[in-house]
This record gives sequence, structure tokens and C-alpha cells, in this order.
Amino acid sequence: MTIAPPPTTGAIDCDIHPSVPSIEALLPYMADHWRDTIVQRGVHNLETIAYPKNAPLTARPDWRPAKGLPAADVVTIQAQALDPFATSIAICNCLYGVQLLMSEDIAAAFANAVNQWMAAEFLDRDPRLRASIVIPTQNTEMAVAEIERWADDKRFVSVLMLVMDENPLGRRLYWPIYAAAARHGLPICVHAGSAYKHPVTSVGWPSYYTEDYAAQSPAFHNMVSSFICEGVFAKYPDLTVVLAESGFTWLPAHLWRLTKFWRGLRAEIPWVDRPPTEIARDHFRLTLQPVDAPPTVSDFERLMEHMGSDEMLLFSTDYPHHQFDGNAVLPEGLSPTLARKIMVDNPKNTYPRLQ
Amino acid sequence: MAKYVVSPAKDIPPGGRKLVEVRGRPIVIFNLDGEYFGMLNRCPHQGGSLCNGQLVGLVQSTEPGEYHFSRQDEIVRCPWHGWEFDIRTGHSMCEPDRIQATRYNVGIEAGAAVTEGPYVAETFGVTVEESYVVIEI
Amino acid sequence: MNIQVADRSTSASKGKVKQAIADCDIHPSPKSLEIEIYPYLSKRWRSYLESYGFIYRQGFPNGPAFPKGQPDAARRDAYPPNGGRPGSDLEFMREQHLDPNNVQLGILNPLKSGQGLQNSDFAEAYCRAVNEWQIAEWTSKESRLKASLMVPFEDAKASVAEIDHWAGNPHFVQVLLLSRTIEPLGQRRYWPIYEAACRANLPVAVHAFGYGGTPVTGGGWPSFYIEEMVGHAENTQSLLTSMVIEGVFERFPTLKVILVEAGFAWLPALKWRLDKLWHRMRDEIPHVTRPPSELIQEHVWLTTQPMEEPEPREHLLDTIEWIGWDKLLFATDYPHWDFDDPARALPLKLSKERRENFFLGNALDLYGLR
Ligand code: FES
Repeated sequence: MTIAPPPTTGAIDCDIHPSVPSIEALLPYMADHWRDTIVQRGVHNLETIAYPKNAPLTARPDWRPAKGLPAADVVTIQAQALDPFATSIAICNCLYGVQLLMSEDIAAAFANAVNQWMAAEFLDRDPRLRASIVIPTQNTEMAVAEIERWADDKRFVSVLMLVMDENPLGRRLYWPIYAAAARHGLPICVHAGSAYKHPVTSVGWPSYYTEDYAAQSPAFHNMVSSFICEGVFAKYPDLTVVLAESGFTWLPAHLWRLTKFWRGLRAEIPWVDRPPTEIARDHFRLTLQPVDAPPTVSDFERLMEHMGSDEMLLFSTDYPHHQFDGNAVLPEGLSPTLARKIMVDNPKNTYPRLQ
Repeated sequence: MAKYVVSPAKDIPPGGRKLVEVRGRPIVIFNLDGEYFGMLNRCPHQGGSLCNGQLVGLVQSTEPGEYHFSRQDEIVRCPWHGWEFDIRTGHSMCEPDRIQATRYNVGIEAGAAVTEGPYVAETFGVTVEESYVVIEI
Repeated sequence: MNIQVADRSTSASKGKVKQAIADCDIHPSPKSLEIEIYPYLSKRWRSYLESYGFIYRQGFPNGPAFPKGQPDAARRDAYPPNGGRPGSDLEFMREQHLDPNNVQLGILNPLKSGQGLQNSDFAEAYCRAVNEWQIAEWTSKESRLKASLMVPFEDAKASVAEIDHWAGNPHFVQVLLLSRTIEPLGQRRYWPIYEAACRANLPVAVHAFGYGGTPVTGGGWPSFYIEEMVGHAENTQSLLTSMVIEGVFERFPTLKVILVEAGFAWLPALKWRLDKLWHRMRDEIPHVTRPPSELIQEHVWLTTQPMEEPEPREHLLDTIEWIGWDKLLFATDYPHWDFDDPARALPLKLSKERRENFFLGNALDLYGLR
């Protein structure tokens, strides 16, 4: 009996999430002072409320270990995220509470430790793995320094930021980060999540985690506006921004609205000299999972038409988050050609370091 | 193509504008420093009356944070949703190649010439002493 | 400025009888506070207003945090010839809008009406004054117009009292809230308002804008007016999510909510997202017993303006189908700058029945005015 290879064979998975198993795991990668501080002050593990440990969304039941956090070592990731999908490459976006810290110094120490840990524990151990550089967005200079530190390591293929930071991501204070990313051929990966410096919704804090997760999507709307209106792509024409775990089906309607208003308000942002819809198609890419999909295949096909481009979606499992069951990672209604683009061609064209 | 006499020139001083109707079409005539331009008084978006729009300058930028301001009052901004149009060319500022206001050729003729024809003066008598705004449709 | 001939007519194609419309978002303004609002304020609040002005949860007393695209966010041609702010002259509103656009039903949504003021007592007094004013200056003079019941929504008790005070008064067809509140509108502090609205048999409209004090994005304050403006849709998505997930519609099964001036094309993707999440997160929100899309379908309407303009425009037909043709209420936003012209805003081929319901019938049904 031969088993057919999975339909995702050879795909590039643009969003998986190794967990930092415990704060102790990072200690070997920290300078004496910080190691001592963490022990002396009893600094807690920096998991965040973005993925409560036992919430159903945080990990698929079959990806949940008996003890500890999911996706916390390379063997687990190989067995659960790589082999079953037969992916050729997977990009690790480590969601750890670095961006939440209030002190930029400690944030820089943690960002660097996470990157070292990522290189030693994952990248060194499986050639299929790649990663995004975690940066301390609390301080732009320190963030740039962290990018420079890893720029020569081609296994780092993008730079990670959270969709809700202290300031909208298009604002000029972040531009040196984009300059460094563009210089080194690194897309910016804007991932769902918050630094929790503000309420997650523009109308205050919600009561339920479900609302927090739902709020990621409006935040992505806001940040698409911010990147475009501030002129980030006018300044850095080679920059690509990957929107990870955004749900993606919201994009067309948002661009319709932004473009409509831009026609009458463009003098406020005169550097935006072509329709936002066009700018978005050139500069934004979106990871596949979760698919906030319409109910039927024909609706999905119509939605894909609204997207207006077959180059924007990038294959992702969002492992270990529970977005789908079994290996039903590709939504129904994708033509084989489009599926192939999403799984291989689009990721290659998005990440210069995967070419 | 016929030429229509639509207004005594002195009725539209520099910086001024006037709404006229030619063959049922509402047309707004602008005077930019002595040059006259005609535009259909319906914004290509949803038909806002451009005659009621504000005259603004041209704001351009070569890079974020830089604002170049020029051509004060040579752009008309639709009173409804604020689309801007270059009075000289009819081109929109947002998408000049795709979105344009309808333009008409406008000239000035002396009264003597106008009285001889082949002009059509729809609503008023002309005199030799004055000069007139003439529109070609 | 030298305008020789003022053509204040709309782009109406002359002579044709136009589709009658309901305009579910018209913004009236007082000619002046002294003349039109002061009569309804006590001496104490008149003098308070003179001393302190309007203090909202933002820093500027005289204008918005983000300067608008046009003065007063108004259509440039909406200034009444006899002076005053756009939307302050009934006669001119008839001439420029109600008559030529064949408005059969116009819903007044006064803004800057005391809602969201820091001082709750003043908010309460001012909302009352604006309610009195709407009847005196507008709805009793023009039967096509209906008023919105202004409530000082950050104070539920006072809001309930205001609703109870006017309940049954035919001038009011809805309770009005703003979208930018101190907390998401699904939270319990606002529930007494929904209860009172249901009791009074009034839908609750939530108009985009307001002053909740929270940054307009979950990631801080943006730089530009266009971002704030576009962001009203995101804002509205958050408050709708809150109402669904916090269980408002389960708790108040007769509640009807109208989302005003936030566009609508974003709704399908939000419904799909919430449904997916609901399936996954049932253990956290057991009080939500039905899929969010069903609750929204049953309880929520949206006004159409500012209508999205995809290219090709036909994509909007998919979107409206995903929302439901019976859920959209036409609105112009007169006299504001992002006005949608009923003759031009929906350049799509529709059956006569569909067109009639979109522009008029849905609103008559919802407000019980057929
Ligand atoms: S009608 Fe002129 S901008 Fe919309």
C-alpha cells in the first residue's frame, strides 16, 4: 500500500510558533547582569494573554503535550508541523512577551536571548526551519542593532513586530527599522498580538478573550492604513510587509474604504500618489491561516476575486494554534494553480532569502 | 462643433467663475489670471457642482513629510467628497490618468467678431465694444 | 471667493420622478446655542457652559483632535444662504435636500449633543435640551423628519430616565449612541439603556464618532484624519463584536441595533471571523448560544453611507448579498462632506423592488412607519 503524499508537499509554511518553554531556557543566552536580575527579582515567564495556556485556540488538542507548552522543542515541531504537511520550509515567529516589557533595556536583552535561543535550539537543528528576528520595538535604535546583529545569518528571513504596538506601525519613529529591513532583504512580519500598552479595541478593554482575538482583525485594518498613509512604501519602495494570522478575508473591503476616502483626502498625505488598493497589492502579503472564510465554496471564489491578486496569500498552518483539524489546511475552492502559488511561488517571491 | 457666446468677459474677473448653460449642459467658466477654462459642472464622481467647489493650491510631495505647495487657486475641489481637479487640464489629482472632469475649450472674442458670426449667443445681446467668452462644443 | 452664479441644486436629472428615499442619517445643527438651545437649559447649565464650554475626553475644546477634511466636515455647498452652519436652516434643507432628493423619511442624528461630555450632570441636561430642540425646531415643523432620542450614555441611570421620559412620543424613532464610548458597548454598564429602549419599543442607533478617550486604534494614535475617518469602521466592528460576544442580543431578544455611518462592506468578513471563533471558544462564552452571524442577522441593521466603491462596482452586489438586502438603510449624511447622493451612490442595476427597499422600504419596516 502506498500513501499519497500530502497535498501540501513542498510548501513553505510562513507562520509557525515555537514556544519558549520557560524563562530558564533563555538564561544561557543572557548576560550575567540580566541572568542575575531575572533570578533575583523572580521575573515570570513572559507568556502573554494573547494565547491563554489552555484556551482551545492556543493549541490543537493533538498538538498539546501532556506537560508544558506546545511546540516547545524541535522534535515536536518536526513531528507535528513539518513532517505531516511535508513542508520544505517553515518560518518560526516566536510570540513571547518581549514587546510588552516597559523597560527598553530588559526588552533588548530578552529579544537577543530569544533570537539566540531560536538559532541554537531550532535553526541549528533542522535545516527546514527559518525564523523572524524578534526586536525590542520599545527603542528603535536597539531594534535596529538587533537586526544588524543577525543580518548575516540568512536563516533569519524577516523581522517580527506585533500588530498592536505602542504606536501605529507606520509612524516615523519606526522607520529606521524599516530601513534596516529593506537594506538586508528582510520583510517585516506584522503578527497578530498586542504589546498591551493600550486597550485592544478602540473602545476599551473587552470582557472575554474571544473579543481580544476578534480585535486582531480591526487592528490589522488600522495598521494597513497606517503603513500606507504614513508613506512607508513611498520611502522604502522595496519593503514588503507580511500580515500574519490576520484572517485575511477582511482586506478587500478595507481597501475599498481607504481608497474611497483617499480620493478626497489625498492632499493630507500627498506622498500617497496612487490608490491604496494598488499600494497594498504591491507591498502587503497575508498568511493563510486562520481563514475567516465565507460559508460556501462559491462565496470563497467570489471573495478571492475581490482580493484582486493571486500573489498576496502565503501558505501557513499557524501551528500549533487550533485553526483547522487534520490536514485540512487549504481552504476548499482553491484551484491547483492558485494553491501552488500560495504554497511555493508567493512565499519565494516575498522572502528574498528563500529564493 | 459650434461656438457659443456665453458671457461678457468682464463678468468673470480673474479668480472668478461663472456657471452658464450651453445646449442644456451646465458649464462652469473659470478665469485664472486672464485665461479662461470651461468644465462640465458635474463632478465625474457623483455629480457634485464644481462651480461650488473651493479653489485650492496644488499639494505634492516627493517624499513623506515634504509638502510642495504651488499653483494657488488653480485647482478646484469638489464641494462634496473633496476630489481635486486641475482647472487647466481637468485632470484629477488623485488619479489623473483615469479620472478627469469634462473640459471645454473656451476663448475670448471681441464684440465686433462675435456680432458677425458664426457664433451663437443664446441668452443675451452682444455689443461691439465688449469682449466675450466663447465656448466650443 | 468670487462665485458669480451659485448653482445650489443637486445633480438631479430634471423632470424624472425620483425614487422616494428614507435618509437615515441627517445632521441638524442649532442656528446658535443662545437662540435655540439655551431656552432648554437651566440657568445653572447656561452659566456652566459659558465658563467651561464643552469638555470631552480629548484635549481641544474648539474642534476635533484630527482636523477634518473640510470646515465642520460639511459639504461646501451646504452653507445656508442666510448664514449659519450647514444643517441649521430647515427651509434650506428642504430646498437643497428633502425636496429635490424626494426624502420621504429623514432621521435626525444631532452630533455634539452632550453625549460623551466628561461632566455627567451636564451631559444629562444637555441631552434633554437637544431632545426638546429637535421637536421644537425640526420635527414639529416638518413631518418628514423624525428625531433621535439623545441619552448621556456613559450614565446608564440618567439615560434610562431620559428614555422613560420620552417613551411613546411619536417624534422619536430611535435612541442614539455614539460609537466611541469609554468601554465597549456590549459591557453591562450599558445594558439598562438597551432594556429601556426595548421597553419603549425603540431601536438603538450607534453613530460613528465620539470621545471615549481610548486611542482610535488598539495600537495607539495615528497621525492623520484619513486614518481616523477610515477607522470608524474598525471602531464599529469592535463595538458590534462586544455586543455579540458579551451576550447583549441573548439578553435582549427584541433589541434592534442600527450602525450608522461606518460603511458596511466590512460586515461579512467580521461575521465569518466571529462564527469561526465562536465554534472554537464556546467554553469561554457559553452565554452566546447561537452563531454570531445569526444574531447579527436578526438584530443588526446598517446605514449605507459612506458606501464603499469597489472596482468593479459589481463586487458590492456580493457584499450586500452576504449582508442581506433587507439589512441596509439608505443614508446620505447630509450636510456632511462624505454625503452619498441617492441618484449616484449605487450605480448598479437592481430590480425595482430591490431598489425600492434599499432606498426606502427597509427603513419604513424597521421604524414601523409603513
Ligand atoms: S461628487 Fe465630486 S467628489 Fe464626489
